[in-house]
Amino acid sequence: MLYREAGQFKASYGADQQIFPIRQDRIGIMIVLAIAFIAVPMLASEYWLKGILIQFLVFSCAALGLNILTGYAGQLSLGSAAFMAVGAFASYNFMLRIDGMPLLVAFVLGGLAAAFVGILFGLPSLRIKGFYLAVATLAAQFFIVWLLTKVSWFSNDSSSGVITAQEMVIFGYKFVTPESKYLLVLSVVTALALMAKNMVRGSVGRAWMAVRDMDVAAEVIGIRIMHTKLLAFAVSSFYCGVAGALYAYAYLGTVEPEGFNLDLSFKILFMIIIGGVGSISGAFLGPPSSSCCRFSWM
Amino acid sequence: MNGRQIGDVILDLQNISLRFGGVKALTNISFDVREHEIRAIIGPNGAGKSSMLNVINGVYHPQEGRIAFHGEERRRMEPHMAAMQGISRTFQNIALFKGMTVLDNIMTGRITKMKANFIEQAFYFGRARREELEHRKKVEEVIDFLEIQHIRKTPVGRLPYGLQKRVELGRALAAEPTMLLLDEPMAGMNVEEKQDMCRFILDVNDQFGTTIVLIEHDMGVIMDISDRVVVLDYGKKIGDGTPDEVRNNEEVIRAYLGVGH
Repeated sequence: MLYREAGQFKASYGADQQIFPIRQDRIGIMIVLAIAFIAVPMLASEYWLKGILIQFLVFSCAALGLNILTGYAGQLSLGSAAFMAVGAFASYNFMLRIDGMPLLVAFVLGGLAAAFVGILFGLPSLRIKGFYLAVATLAAQFFIVWLLTKVSWFSNDSSSGVITAQEMVIFGYKFVTPESKYLLVLSVVTALALMAKNMVRGSVGRAWMAVRDMDVAAEVIGIRIMHTKLLAFAVSSFYCGVAGALYAYAYLGTVEPEGFNLDLSFKILFMIIIGGVGSISGAFLGPPSSSCCRFSWM
Repeated sequence: MNGRQIGDVILDLQNISLRFGGVKALTNISFDVREHEIRAIIGPNGAGKSSMLNVINGVYHPQEGRIAFHGEERRRMEPHMAAMQGISRTFQNIALFKGMTVLDNIMTGRITKMKANFIEQAFYFGRARREELEHRKKVEEVIDFLEIQHIRKTPVGRLPYGLQKRVELGRALAAEPTMLLLDEPMAGMNVEEKQDMCRFILDVNDQFGTTIVLIEHDMGVIMDISDRVVVLDYGKKIGDGTPDEVRNNEEVIRAYLGVGH
């Protein structure tokens, strides 16, 4: 740490419990947000926006999701990419099959569909832990990708299983330019990140960490283990699902189930390990550092 | 400490038997706990003391016997239900959440009283924010009571053993329990730490009227602070009564206290 909160005295619990209690943090976040929302769209080239920054934000969103599950609730998962796939294909189908479906509602519904699938594949966590749970989530990874390829209804009967995302329109405004797509993704991810930060510092987050650190004690002080673990799977998969929808709509435009393979799940896992397991900012530090690693290998 | 008045029986255990496969952990044990009293359970290692506490707060389910808490008999109880009914406990081997700060650990103790759902919490708005501040205030009272203000933002994994024990007591107290189960709260402590812990236990009992069931090996402590003592040996009850009665019980002397040779 470069600085400490020494000398910053709080006179109320409200001031001590605020989201960023240290002044330097508040200023830092403001500066980062100002750069991200104002300076970057004005200065960054099309290649940077389309090729790097949107991708970075999408992966940050997925990493946020996995970090809630693995970093905070302590449940190892190798199925993040599959939950992204559920989000992408569900959003696509909601847009396709329901007339006049607003884009953001479709993203949320995509996330909720992923959350539901996440709960189903989270059920084994009630009995098994650690490596064994990781292997059980592998089943989600392979089964979901297989199902999306096999059942052509999901991809609107396209022969190769490839879906092409519809145009992004919100209140009549078309998101076509890289700048607008970037700002849309940035807004969604910023909102989700702040919500994640609030959850992990509230009683939900404490329940997740309690289950992670010592599940017997957690149960004895009144935490319902089943409820807590499944909620972690649901919230985590929701984040991954929204990330998947953004991946399809704002980043690639066309996606296929095979794109959400185990390789991608591993990438997201490495991102949170590199960025910091059990920290919200880690979800944003991870993606660029792991991309850098990739470049240096090449 | 004359302020407290020992009341009626609030926990009544009748003929409790607990087996793990062929191993009999507890055999036919009956005793009761009265309101506001300090009830000690003593006995040699492996006598079934911790199992007894685990039966009381629903971690283990005895094969036979009846348990009545506040006059209400229960068949099968899960730990979180015991917590809801006002039974808190600490563990023999500290069971704190090591990655969390002291403050967060104690806040977790109040989790059964927090009602805001995760969506309200995600927006930190309305009930979620109000609850967080209200409970913080209660938790600060516990922190003041246990004199651990200086470490409230320290992750518990970094604290020395004696302080960790104190934080664990704090987490149990944060739930404002009617009954507190303490599993060897003074194990491994030096004399000063033991004195502090005794003082906290007596203060809890005196100020909040909390009923305390306590397992401890230090006979000096047991004789000084407990009102009545149960003695277990090999899963059977071999003595029950005031500290003086137990101290002079032949069987207890043979099994646990030891005779001079």
